[in-house]
Amino acid sequence: MDDQVILLVEDNPDDEVLTLRALKKNQIMNEVVVARDGVEALDYLFCQGPHSARNPGEMPQVILLDLKLPKLDGFEVLRRIRSSPRTRLLPVVILTTSNEEQDRITGYGLGANSYVRKPVEFGEFVSAVKQLGLYWLLLNQNAPLPGRL
Amino acid sequence: MHLLQPASLASRLTRMNVLVSATALFLACAAFVAFDVITFRQSIVRNLSVQAQVLGSTSVASLVFNDRDSAQKTLAALHAAPDVVSACLYSADGRPFVEYHRDVPRGLPPVARLQPGEQEAYWFGHGDVMLLDPIVFQSEPIGYIYIESSLDALWARVRLYLFISAGVLLGALVAALAVSLSFRKVTLQPIHALAEVARAISQDRNYAVRAPAGGVPLELGDLVGAFNGMLVQIEQRDRELRDARDELEHRVELRTAELAAANKELESFSYSVSHDLRAPLRSIDGFSLALLQDYGDSLGADARDYFGRIRAATRRMGLLIDDLLNLARVTRCEIRHERVNLTDIARAVEADLRKADSSRAVECHIQEGVEAEGDVHLLRVVLDNLLSNAWKYTSRHPSACIEFGQMNSNGDRIYYVKDDGAGFDPAYAGKLFGAFQRLHGASEFPGTGVGLATVHRILLRHGGRIWAESEVEKGATFYFTV
Repeated sequence: MDDQVILLVEDNPDDEVLTLRALKKNQIMNEVVVARDGVEALDYLFCQGPHSARNPGEMPQVILLDLKLPKLDGFEVLRRIRSSPRTRLLPVVILTTSNEEQDRITGYGLGANSYVRKPVEFGEFVSAVKQLGLYWLLLNQNAPLPGRL
Repeated sequence: MHLLQPASLASRLTRMNVLVSATALFLACAAFVAFDVITFRQSIVRNLSVQAQVLGSTSVASLVFNDRDSAQKTLAALHAAPDVVSACLYSADGRPFVEYHRDVPRGLPPVARLQPGEQEAYWFGHGDVMLLDPIVFQSEPIGYIYIESSLDALWARVRLYLFISAGVLLGALVAALAVSLSFRKVTLQPIHALAEVARAISQDRNYAVRAPAGGVPLELGDLVGAFNGMLVQIEQRDRELRDARDELEHRVELRTAELAAANKELESFSYSVSHDLRAPLRSIDGFSLALLQDYGDSLGADARDYFGRIRAATRRMGLLIDDLLNLARVTRCEIRHERVNLTDIARAVEADLRKADSSRAVECHIQEGVEAEGDVHLLRVVLDNLLSNAWKYTSRHPSACIEFGQMNSNGDRIYYVKDDGAGFDPAYAGKLFGAFQRLHGASEFPGTGVGLATVHRILLRHGGRIWAESEVEKGATFYFTV
C-alpha cells in the first residue's frame, strides 16, 4: 500500500492541508503528489515539463480531482485522462465543493469513477476520506497499466 | 332559379327591361287599336249615311207616287252591301212603306227616334249599328229611311289588330330580351369585376389589389372609388399592425435574451455560491477542529466553548447555503407535468422521518389515493418540507398526530397537512412563506427558514397556492392547491 501514490489535484491550499490532515488522521501513509492546477496534473501524469524525469511506468493508484481549477478545469483534465490510452483506465474520484446536478452529470459523463462532495464539517470530511482510502487504496483492484502488460 | 333565392342583379335587370318594353308596347297597341276602332266606327256610320241619302233620293218618286214595287226594288239593291242586314222605307206618317231583310225579319224602330228638326239619328246595338234619315222633297219631309248594318267587319278588324298586336308584342319582347341579355354583360361587367376583387381580397387577404376604375358608369365609379379608398385604409392599418407586431416580437426577443442572460448569470452565481462560499467554511471548521484536536489540552474551557460555537455557526451557514441553493434551483428548474401519487410520497417521507427518529410516538394518518398533476420531484420537496415541519413542531409533545389528505371546496381540490404541535400565532401567518422568516427561535426548533419559502415557490410555479391556519399550542394546518 505504501508504494501507491495518490494524486491530489487541488488549488485551494486550505483544502490541500485539510485533505492531507484527513488522510493522516486515517493512517493513510501513501505518498501524496499535489498538483495545484490542471496543467500541473497533466504534466505529472504524462511525464512532461517539471515531471519529465518521472518514470512513466508508475501511475497513481487514485486521482482525487477538484473541479474548479486554474488554467485547465477538472472536467478538461478528466477529458485528457480518459482520451489517452496510458491513463484512460486510472480511477478518478471527483472531490469537490459543488453539489450541482449538472456537474455530477458532466463528471460521470466524462468517465469519473466516483463523485464525492466535500462536506463543510471536518469530521464528516475525515470520515469521507477514510472511506475513499479504504475503497480505492485497499479494496479496489485497478486495471493493469498498459506498460506492464 | 328558386323563388326564395335572391335573384341576381342580371336577371332582375332583364326582367325589368322586358317588363318595361312589354308595358310600353301594350299601351301603344291598346291606344292604336282604340283609335282605329273609333275611326272605323265613324267611317261605317258615314258610309251608312251616304247609302241612306242615296236610297232616300232614289225613293222620292216611289213615295210621292206611292209605288211600292219600285221602292221594293230600290231597297233590294242593298243586297250588294253584305253588311246591311235590314232596311225600311217609312211613309211620312211613320208607317213602314217597304222593308228589306237579308236573312230573317227584324224589329223596326219607330220614326220618333228622330227628334223633330234632326237631320240624322244613329245608334249602336248588340253587334250592329242603326241609322235613321228623313227623306225631304221640296223642303217637305215625305218619309224616312232606316238602315241596320252589322259590325262584323269592325270585329274582324279588331280581331286582326289584336292578333297583329300580340305578334308585335311577342316579337318586341323577344327582341328586348335579346338586347337586354347582350347589354347586361357590358353593364354588369364592372360590378362583377368589383365582386371578384372583393372575393379575392377576402380569400387571399391581399389588400394591395385595387378594383379597376376605368370605363365604369358614374354611380359604380363612386362605389369603386369608395371601395378602393377602404382598401387603402385597410392596407395601411394592416401595415401598422404588422409593424406593431414586429416591434413586439422584437421586444419579446430582446427581453427573452435579457432573461436568458439573467438566468445564466443567476446560474453562475449559484454555482459560485455553491462552490466558493462553502470552501472557506470548510477551512474555518477544519482548522478550528485541528486547533481543538492538536492544542485542545492547552486551551481553557472558554476557548474550547468558543471553538465549539465557531464550528456550530459554520455548520449552520453550510445548511443555509444548501437551502438557498435549493430555493434557487426550484425557481429555475424545468417543471414536468405528470400524474403524481401523493399518498405514496407521503408514506415514503413518513418512513424516512421514522427512521431518522425512531423514539417518537407519532401517529400518521395518510389518506389513500391522493393524486395531483405536477412535477414529481418538486411535489416530493413540498411534502417533505410540510411533513418534516409537522414532525419537527410536534417534537415537544409526548405524542403527536399528523394527517395528510385532500378535500374539495368549490370544485377545487385542496390538500392539507395537519398536526397537533406547537402551532404559531396567526398574527404572523403572513411571514410564514418568506425566505429566512421564522416564527420560532432556532434553540426552540432548529431550521433555516427557507423550507416554506421553497414550498411556496414550488406551488406558485405549479399555478397553485398555500395558506395556513393555526393557534399557539393547538397545532397547525397547511392547505395547498397544485
